[in-house]
Amino acid sequence: MAGCLSLSIAFPVAAEEMKAEVIHWWTSGGESAAIKTFADEFTARGGTWIDQAIAGGENARTQGINRIIGGNPPTAMQLNTGKQFDELVEADLLRNLDDIAEAGHWRDNLPKVIADAATRNGSFYAAPINIHGQNWFFYNAEVFANAGIEPPTTFAELVEDGKALRDAGVIPLALGGQSWQERLTFNAVLLGVGGRDTYFKVLRDKDVDTVHGDAFRKVVETYGSMRDLVDEGSPGRNWNDATAMVINGKAAVQIMGDWAKGEFIAAGMTPDKEYGCNIISPDEGFIIGGDVFVFPVVEGDEQNEAQRVLATLMMEPGPQVAFNEKKGSIPVLLNVDVSGMDVCAQKAMALLQNSDQQIPSSDFLVSPDIGGALQDAITQFWNAPEMSVDEFVDLYSDALQSGF
Amino acid sequence: MPTASPGAGRKSARSIRWRRQLPATMALLPAAIIVVVAYIGCMVWTVRLSFTSSKLLPKFDWVGLGQYQRLFANERFIVSIENLFIFGTLFIAGSLVLGFLLAVFIDQRIRAEGVFRTIYLYPHALSFIVTGLVWRWFLNPTYGLQEMVRNMGFETFTFDWIVSREMAIYTIVVAAIWQASGLVMAILLAGLRGIDQEIWKAVKVDGIPIWRVYWSVILPMLKPMVVTATVLLSLAVVKVYDIVVAMTQGGPGISTEVPAKFVMDHLFNRANVGLAMACATVMLLAVVVVISPWLYHQYGPRNRDKRA
Repeated sequence: MAGCLSLSIAFPVAAEEMKAEVIHWWTSGGESAAIKTFADEFTARGGTWIDQAIAGGENARTQGINRIIGGNPPTAMQLNTGKQFDELVEADLLRNLDDIAEAGHWRDNLPKVIADAATRNGSFYAAPINIHGQNWFFYNAEVFANAGIEPPTTFAELVEDGKALRDAGVIPLALGGQSWQERLTFNAVLLGVGGRDTYFKVLRDKDVDTVHGDAFRKVVETYGSMRDLVDEGSPGRNWNDATAMVINGKAAVQIMGDWAKGEFIAAGMTPDKEYGCNIISPDEGFIIGGDVFVFPVVEGDEQNEAQRVLATLMMEPGPQVAFNEKKGSIPVLLNVDVSGMDVCAQKAMALLQNSDQQIPSSDFLVSPDIGGALQDAITQFWNAPEMSVDEFVDLYSDALQSGF
Repeated sequence: MPTASPGAGRKSARSIRWRRQLPATMALLPAAIIVVVAYIGCMVWTVRLSFTSSKLLPKFDWVGLGQYQRLFANERFIVSIENLFIFGTLFIAGSLVLGFLLAVFIDQRIRAEGVFRTIYLYPHALSFIVTGLVWRWFLNPTYGLQEMVRNMGFETFTFDWIVSREMAIYTIVVAAIWQASGLVMAILLAGLRGIDQEIWKAVKVDGIPIWRVYWSVILPMLKPMVVTATVLLSLAVVKVYDIVVAMTQGGPGISTEVPAKFVMDHLFNRANVGLAMACATVMLLAVVVVISPWLYHQYGPRNRDKRA
């Protein structure tokens, strides 16, 4: 799919070639195909794309940040949407993108949550690229047909279905027992069972009274009762191995971000037929995360121009759709036509049109440091059936208040 | 080293020695400067940062012992330290014992010695990431050893250490011993090969039982090799990180967390340089406390003349 070149913008012919060195961590098949759509578009606009793919988010972020601090910044680097670049903005190391955002009407077309996550003190400092939903039930349709029950849309239903699914000889919930997955699951329960209000009070306001309140207790109890739904091989399992269990009918449901869709597609399954995707408790909302590109302060007209062209094209409808189709995520622009995308993406887009239902993932709300501390608390609780709700509540509220 | 008669020519001997050592000293000077600047500099930098509130970027404010308070209130850090002791003790002891037994076995002038040596050393040639992954598959109850034995008809067979909070750390110990004992074997075998055959003849004549010979005669002669092996293993203990990441990722829960992983996670993933550096400083202190007695013993005043 060719990106639409808007002819209203006249490109100044740079005396030397535009080079863009881009650091990112998209190395898997689908991911590199996605980033290639941006690279091709940049090339078509007269630039040279120097790809700096580094496997593993941590490694890529570390290397990029080290280069920025060391005075040898890349043209652009990938980060997760959220608080990862707070300090880079404070230290004046990132380029203010307001002029580009103005020209591309970013603010009018972005979901409010995403726009807020990309701005600091009212100015854009990041180009949001995609949206990944994080509270999905992915399920195997055949398994539910055999067990004679409807696929769940809430946690209460999932816990209820557990017994019937066990009787049918399948594992009700495929979970990779790694701490980040346990945290993702907990946050889905926090929203689905606790509700929007509790979710924001806990994560955004860090309100300790809410953590000690009844709604949060109910969240913890539900989460704890889900231990009965997983199998003994869960600890340490990778997320895609858990997805494979759903694909081959060993397990019924997986709670995962929509990156799991790629696995179902690779297995040749169609949504709403062999597998299904339900947003958990859609009335409460849709937890969204995603990726952004930031543009470090660089020297020289040629580099600044390369950044302008890159940031501009990344936020245009054509390249947005092309990229996100390959990536399995959904576009960040609310005004693009997604009728060509799959059923799951359309469900997500429909929810996003209402700003009340755009729920920021915890990465938007808490610092990486506190997010990590919460993750430690959650994984301790999940793996310790003997831990009481009170103990966990204390652990969680301590983690919420840790740090400087 | 020929020395002049005691007392009289001491001073001249020292100046001659100094002059003789000058070229060597000059040659080593650049390396020494790099060591001092890079290593000592980095250590000072690390310790200094542990007293700041640095998050993603280093900054040089002063929060006193704040990071240390946070560190010692952190359950994950406490578990990491406990695990380091469990792992360290069992891993060093296990590798030394197994390595020694393998070395003794090979030293019996067996046939196809080269084959055995290669087999024992092979695990050490693999990275811990590969080793860890293989062990993880092997130990996984749903498709590893447990499943295999159950499929053979032993329905009640259970071997689920790796998914159990109490036992998971011991699976890491086992995998690490499997990997390191070959190296210990190689070091001790070299020592055994250096032992004079006359000694064996002598103990044969005296009719001393073989285990007694190894325990009371041979082992004391191997002391330098045992010390070398122990130091190498100790370094591996402090650094232990990759095998945990490959096998359990610190799980189930936080039951197999180790200090090096605490540092790495907080440094990179959690943008918390201050806390990571506080943990690194505690590790540094622990290393200093452990190796000081040994350094003193090796290079202390008592030994200086002996080695001259």
